[in-house]
Amino acid sequence: MTLSITIGVLVTGAVFLMLQRGMVRITFGFILLGHAANLVLMSSGGTYLRAQPLLGYTNAEDASDPLPQAFVLTAIVITFSITIYMLTLAATGRDDDTEDVS
Amino acid sequence: MNAALLPLLIALPLGTAAFLVLGRFPRALERTLFLLPSGGLLAVSTVLLWRVRDGTVLAHNVALWPGGVAIPLVVDAFSALMLCATALLILLCSVFAITVGDDHASYFVPLVLVMAAGVAGALMTADLFNMFVFIEVMLLPSYGLLTMLGSRRRIRAGRVYVALNLLTSTIFMAGVALVYGSAGTVNLASLAGAARESAAVAVGVGVVVLALWVKAAVVPVHGWLARTYTGTSVAVTALFSGLHTKVAIYAIYRLYAVAFDGDTRFLWIGVLAFSLTMAIGVLGAVGETTTRSILVFHMISQIGYILLGVALFTELGLMAGIFYLVHNMFVKASLFLSTGAVEHTYGTDSLDRLGGIARREPLLAMVFLVGALSLAGLPPFSGFIAKVTLVAAALEAQQWAAAAIAVVVSVITLMSMMKIWSGAFWGTPPKDEPEDARDEDAGGAGTGTEGGLAVLAPPRVRPILLLPALVLALLTLALGLGGQILLGLSAQAATHLLDPSTYVEAVLR
Repeated sequence: MTLSITIGVLVTGAVFLMLQRGMVRITFGFILLGHAANLVLMSSGGTYLRAQPLLGYTNAEDASDPLPQAFVLTAIVITFSITIYMLTLAATGRDDDTEDVS
Repeated sequence: MNAALLPLLIALPLGTAAFLVLGRFPRALERTLFLLPSGGLLAVSTVLLWRVRDGTVLAHNVALWPGGVAIPLVVDAFSALMLCATALLILLCSVFAITVGDDHASYFVPLVLVMAAGVAGALMTADLFNMFVFIEVMLLPSYGLLTMLGSRRRIRAGRVYVALNLLTSTIFMAGVALVYGSAGTVNLASLAGAARESAAVAVGVGVVVLALWVKAAVVPVHGWLARTYTGTSVAVTALFSGLHTKVAIYAIYRLYAVAFDGDTRFLWIGVLAFSLTMAIGVLGAVGETTTRSILVFHMISQIGYILLGVALFTELGLMAGIFYLVHNMFVKASLFLSTGAVEHTYGTDSLDRLGGIARREPLLAMVFLVGALSLAGLPPFSGFIAKVTLVAAALEAQQWAAAAIAVVVSVITLMSMMKIWSGAFWGTPPKDEPEDARDEDAGGAGTGTEGGLAVLAPPRVRPILLLPALVLALLTLALGLGGQILLGLSAQAATHLLDPSTYVEAVLR
């Protein structure tokens, strides 16, 4: 429940920011959206399992699912690199923040 | 060819790219290392296509992990066909890019090679999350390629392109999460038919397919394509047109066939959306005045045709769709490259500022005309076979409206192609050009000095610049006259989609 509310709040903020004018705000929106998607991925493994997924240290029944964690790790790297690239795009070229304001 | 060699198709371009970013190499070495892996990919995928032509499915679990845990790479007739077509396009677009000097831009070559690796991976993988990763591997270099070459509009185009693709990738990822949460696996073979049986899985895969729709530029989410593809360099546009949307189309075919098992409940959505795509794409082209923007809108329209095949989901429909997909990749790239040769030589692709090219460049005009007629679907080119089979499939499935739209849109396509033809190739050159310089004999190298101003006739298109478009034009003619070969392969691919059990067994073995 906590997770779904958090995802909802993050997506709301992301959508609000992405509808703003200006590349920097849109980028911030994507950061929030990326976090929301990562939380969806985490929740897909079942958050009630919290123990380390290491055989020999923990019971297999209590161990958390390592696959979504691996997914999230990959996704974080990709989202992070694209976010940086979006920020460079925001800094290159014309400032679009005031472009259409007349 | 052994299935254990499949990862090489990814490793070869990726490794070359990794080597090339290490430092600055002599131009000749860099070009060799550009063309060799592209040619190698083409050679290997042709061998693969030969191996799987009879319906064999090659599967390899990377690092020999047991099935279900490993990341599987699979090649069947459909993916081998796509691998072949994409490798050929990458090779020809590389030749074009080298000819016009696009490869002078730093890291151009490694970026294209990484993209090639991503495409090969996305076509071979049988794992949803892995598909997400490979699509990202394909997209990340394209962000760089799009924004480093081309007109001044490219930065704005890049902003739209990156933002859109990041949004759809995030949606794709959320879809993968929903699939994993509901089905407990993201292995495509383990998901076989799961979306048909469970509504929860259907929602998850549906979200993934929705993200792929955006990437394939299906109406109503097609707006980004025309905004972004026109801002970059010609070679890059041709490359993107053959790879990005087409990989998304491939993924839609594969996912719907395997995960949904061709569920007939949802087909009407496809028929509706793809018919709209055909019509709206072609109507968008009517108001455009540059060759490239016209062609880009036609791309949207053609995507509707290709995807109609999967929306019919009959044997004939799938076969027609796959044939159409391969035909369209060749023809579209041929058109982009032939009009791109004009753009590079004459410095513009605006129809108002071009004219009379047919007389100056008969071969170029011929190549364009072949592509244009093939795109419109006239015999004896491959477009005719593609359209006839598709319309026949639509009639067979009793989708009268879709069949009618497909026919009417062909006529409008032809009109639009004629607009480029009469604007750029026929008629007289625009008036602000010096008349006398143009009328000189070919031998009298078009320079005339008038009043102290050296007036130069525009240079001729170099033959090597025309070569890639010419090869593709000949290919569409060959596929038109000898369409049986490709139709046979498409039919083989279609049987795997209709009945994915061979595919599933090969992966899970």
